Amino acid sequence: MRSAGQVTTPGADRQREMFEALSTRLQDVFRSLRGQPRLTEESVEAALREIRLALLEADVNFRVVKAFVDRVRDRAVDQAVLRSLTPDQHVVRIVRDEMRALFGDTTGGLPPATSSPRVILLLGLQGSGKTTTAAKLGAWLGRQGRHALLVSTDVRRPAAIAQLSVVGTQAGLRVHDPEGEMDPVVRASGALVATKNLGYDTLIVDTAGRLHLDDELMAELEAIQRAVAAGDRLFVADAMTGQDAIKSAGEFNRRIGVTGVVLTKMDGDARGGAALSVVGVLGVPIAFVGSGERVQDLEPFHPDRVVSRVLGMGDVLSLIEKAEQVITTEDAARLERKIRRDEFTLEDFRDQLRAIRKMGPLEQILGMIPGMGALKELNAQRDQIDEGQLTRVEAIINSMTPTERRQHQMINGSRRKRIARGSGTSVEEVNRLLKQFVEMRKMLKVVGGMAGSGRGKKGKGKGRRQALHNLRSMMNQ
Amino acid sequence: MTVFGRIRQGLARTTKQLVSRLDEVLGAPGTAARRSRPVDLQTADALEEVLLSADVGVAATGLIVDAVRAQAGRDADLRALVKAEILSVLAGAERPVALGGPPHVVLVVGVNGTGKTTTVGKLAALARAEGRQPLICAADTFRAAAVEQLEIWARRAGVDLVRAQAGGDPAAVVFDALASAKARGRDLVIVDTAGRLHTRVNLMGELEKIRRVAARETPGAPHEVLLVLDATVGQNGLVQAREFLQAAGVTGIVLAKLDGTAKGGIAVAIAHDLGLPIRYVGVGEAIDDLVPFSPRDYVDALFEEKW
Repeated sequence: MRSAGQVTTPGADRQREMFEALSTRLQDVFRSLRGQPRLTEESVEAALREIRLALLEADVNFRVVKAFVDRVRDRAVDQAVLRSLTPDQHVVRIVRDEMRALFGDTTGGLPPATSSPRVILLLGLQGSGKTTTAAKLGAWLGRQGRHALLVSTDVRRPAAIAQLSVVGTQAGLRVHDPEGEMDPVVRASGALVATKNLGYDTLIVDTAGRLHLDDELMAELEAIQRAVAAGDRLFVADAMTGQDAIKSAGEFNRRIGVTGVVLTKMDGDARGGAALSVVGVLGVPIAFVGSGERVQDLEPFHPDRVVSRVLGMGDVLSLIEKAEQVITTEDAARLERKIRRDEFTLEDFRDQLRAIRKMGPLEQILGMIPGMGALKELNAQRDQIDEGQLTRVEAIINSMTPTERRQHQMINGSRRKRIARGSGTSVEEVNRLLKQFVEMRKMLKVVGGMAGSGRGKKGKGKGRRQALHNLRSMMNQ
Repeated sequence: MTVFGRIRQGLARTTKQLVSRLDEVLGAPGTAARRSRPVDLQTADALEEVLLSADVGVAATGLIVDAVRAQAGRDADLRALVKAEILSVLAGAERPVALGGPPHVVLVVGVNGTGKTTTVGKLAALARAEGRQPLICAADTFRAAAVEQLEIWARRAGVDLVRAQAGGDPAAVVFDALASAKARGRDLVIVDTAGRLHTRVNLMGELEKIRRVAARETPGAPHEVLLVLDATVGQNGLVQAREFLQAAGVTGIVLAKLDGTAKGGIAVAIAHDLGLPIRYVGVGEAIDDLVPFSPRDYVDALFEEKW
């Protein structure tokens, strides 16, 4: 199972950070939905408004936003969803489905080469980061066991050719630079010959930044493409770019045919919504993400990983599905009854602990709980709630007598000492567990009371939601 | 060509995009019957869409749309109303340039790839054309070939350049440049700095050091701190402006690359949210393609009826 909480590469961390701002907004939306007994069309509209604003502030193209919000609305006001007992989860599910549809099932990196040598053409507006990307991409290919030759065809920007020579050399790459040759097409085709002659398997062609409506320069780009027949035509886009991105990317796509997007400057705090819109509108994948000034700061994009991040919901859906598997409806209903009558005992607590452990490794579960996966405090929490501790908690409860488990109030000092000895733990640990249990009961009483007063009729989904509530509160102990 | 003409030329495509869409929404100019129709909800929504698609941002768009909505049902020239709203936002941020020196010190800052080096070259040429004696300081010691690029611009502008070795301390170059400017009797020093993402705390700290060194050498320096923004930038432009304002004391914005279809609407958002004025607009790749910004000309060009 994919765990959202276990993202380990530093680049992925940066990808996550980038989306955090958007995630926070959406989380607020969903928090406001959470706890509502059921959805109304008004509350859906309120949520949609927030989603719309959050996406617009993230520079997601306004047309994409509009279509997105409409699709979510259509599905959310469906009667089945409105009647649903877990409305927030339903809306999350819909938003997530639609977000996935937006990204498609694309994966990052480069597809298998269609020609030998492989030719990669980098295109884009001025200042998007093409030259830096050329060197980073060459270095990345080197790590994949490829040998890339670089060439600059940017004869316009002052010192652009010199810049590629410097960054290429820094990356340990060979840069083809016939001195004095100022014809971009000749430079490119000459580099292709050199690639074959020198035994390189990849050619990376850096081009001058150009406006998509500069006809002369777009024609030049077409001529370069005719000369080198690049199988990979990567549009380099700045993560900070705005609403115009779709227009410019669309024009490059129309004239040259874009096969992938490189999203640069992702180490900033831009949300990258515009660049993501490009993917949705043009249907081309994001191939790479540039996230720093060092030559190794480029890595393949992981769209699926990012969808959950955009939503900031962790893997809520997987959690629900897992909870449904291990907590049967009857169990949940029984538990709910107990909570309402304030009869929740250490035995029930143990049952729930066992249920949680059946759901999988704790770290994975934590990663699936909203907020937990992304929280900075997670590391600290992880020390406290590790697998070992769950085992000890269970051991402590197992060392109690059945009566003690049902009436925790009777556990006095000498009983605590006995339980600690029996479970191989310390009195402090027994004390901590009992304290947590008492607090948890208090909390459950409040939550249970709310759930009870909300509706007269009991539903099948509510018990499950209740169990989830309990689960979450335990996690947060 | 007049300043107005230059802006209009640069904005021609922007204008086509924005105004034709506004015309769709508000009714073409001169069609009196359509002009005075009441604002219905649809019109307001469409207007909102136009402004958002120009990167004006949610807050400033809300302000303008609210103003239009407030006129619902009355005989109002919506076109004039929208124009006046945008103008008042932009004009509200205008303020005179602080004078100081000699030498008058202008620090040019921004994130990577917005067009700082190009802007410095153009600024030098503009100052020369105004009869001033500028000196360029190449304090981008980080990016490969940045100094070489600036040298070419300096040559084009016919202006001297003070540089350091790659990897050197930018503040030290600024120190040298100020000393050199005094020795050579130059009245203006334009400092090009390395592009830096506003999220990089240590790099932002470097700007503070540059400011400190400049202030020690010339009282009140830097007198101007220009933040160069790419006209295609989205809402992050606002974040950039806020962060650079805090770390580097930005006094004005240069909107570069306004010759595409991007509308630079973030300028309206920045003027609205931060009160920072737009000082210059970059409208092309030639050395004289930088023009002083005037809110009225900008809005007039944006809304010009016969373009």
